[in-house]
Amino acid sequence: MLILTCPNCGIAADETDLAPGGEAHITRHGPEASDDEFEGYLFHKRNPKGVHFERWRHAFGCGKWFHAARDTATLEVFGTYPAQTLEPPKALQALIRKKRPDWEGFQK
Amino acid sequence: MRRYSAFAIAREAARFHTGWERAWRSPMPKKAYDVIIIGAGGHGLATAYYLGKNHGIRNVAVIEKGWLGGGNTGRNTTIIRSNYLQDESAAIYEKARSLYETLSQELNYNVMFSPRGVMMLAQTEHEIRGYKRTEHANRLQGIETRFISPAEVKKLVPIIELAGPRYPVLGALWQPRGGTGRHDAVAWGYARACSDMGMDIIQQCEVTGIDQKDGKVTGVRTTKGDIACKKLGIVVAGNSGVLADMAGFRLPIESVALQALVSEPIKPCIDVVVMANTVHGYMSQSDKGEMVIGGGADGFNNYTQRGSFHHVEETVRALIETFPIISRLKMLRQWGGIVDMTGDRSPIIGKTPLGNTFINCGWGTGGFKSIPGSGWAMAATMASGQPDALAAGFGLDRFREGRFIDESVAAGVAH
Repeated sequence: MLILTCPNCGIAADETDLAPGGEAHITRHGPEASDDEFEGYLFHKRNPKGVHFERWRHAFGCGKWFHAARDTATLEVFGTYPAQTLEPPKALQALIRKKRPDWEGFQK
Repeated sequence: MRRYSAFAIAREAARFHTGWERAWRSPMPKKAYDVIIIGAGGHGLATAYYLGKNHGIRNVAVIEKGWLGGGNTGRNTTIIRSNYLQDESAAIYEKARSLYETLSQELNYNVMFSPRGVMMLAQTEHEIRGYKRTEHANRLQGIETRFISPAEVKKLVPIIELAGPRYPVLGALWQPRGGTGRHDAVAWGYARACSDMGMDIIQQCEVTGIDQKDGKVTGVRTTKGDIACKKLGIVVAGNSGVLADMAGFRLPIESVALQALVSEPIKPCIDVVVMANTVHGYMSQSDKGEMVIGGGADGFNNYTQRGSFHHVEETVRALIETFPIISRLKMLRQWGGIVDMTGDRSPIIGKTPLGNTFINCGWGTGGFKSIPGSGWAMAATMASGQPDALAAGFGLDRFREGRFIDESVAAGVAH
């Protein structure tokens, strides 16, 4: 079972306590956005086979949103971090780079 | 190709089975082909087959990183039905279902199509309304479905518990000509027919790169060398995003794990397919006697071909309420496949941003039933370069234009 530690309340939560919320760090463009940008925001998720940053909600716990970094090919969890950020913490990125040397790095 | 027949069995019995041929050749790739199909699952092989049969294009290679039919083709619950709500979906799934009717004869390979009937239980008032709507839509689409009463449900499925307690059976949408097929045989039958037409099916050959020039694909790089092509078809289900990444475009697809399981084999007790979409479970009995059970997909991105245990638990928990008889059965095997989910739960068939490259993906949880229709439409699209009538609504551009074929609401979750 997938276990993620909620950075808001500190509890190591089972998958059954969590609600997946899809890819993290996607940009919602403003009213002047082009069709391309809006299509990208709505539909073009990264869907990588490998390192993936995603949103989760501690639904049957504290109820708050957070982010997790996970490998979709191995189910390894690299870490979790608060949702109030525009990119993954530098330390987490360094950890992932160490574990996955050919990772192309965080891309928006 | 030596045909299979009752006579052939008698002949081989008389000579100790020494005369059976390999069903398909295993060649090394040539330098170039007119068409390369990436992915030798059901959809890829069906595409190649109809390219040859309907359009006379036979200089074709189907390349596969694993083994033939080893992805979702060999990992589904073999259900075949076409009781969809939207016209576009109904048309292509019914095309597929109708091709399944005669596929064994056409391929000279027994795909064991068993039109035993598919029943979708209505267990809430909303489902009754939804399925009655589907029944009316299906009548207009020329698809035979009927909304049946609980008494008729009980007559067709004596082992069912109608009274609930939590979700009583209030009726069902019944498609008498739906059913099941032998999933591996579909891939094997198409492969044999493709090989017989002179096509090359190349297994253990992973695509590592896609060569392009002036906005067109010129060939693919593989673990068995570079192969040039005039047209490229990408038919790789859960790995579509990986291939699109190589080709340099993005797809509106997310890959998640969908699981199934079988029980230990028991004597025949249910001869239809029952789907219970409110509680996320569906079940049929295989010819070997195993209960074949499927449930909901995981909610997060995953490429591991195994799913979360709690989904198995949820599915089984729900099904034993409806079928108390199975409560003491042991689970024999469980497995997962990576399904490619689109936003509207409908597939993508058609052109890509690269001129001579076509894609067929996004079948999500409903791939097996659609194999012949999907191959038919994809082949026509690749042969002419323009979307076939069956495929027209399923283009990649529909997301940008907001022209969804919304089956996520229409079909519930279990496809």
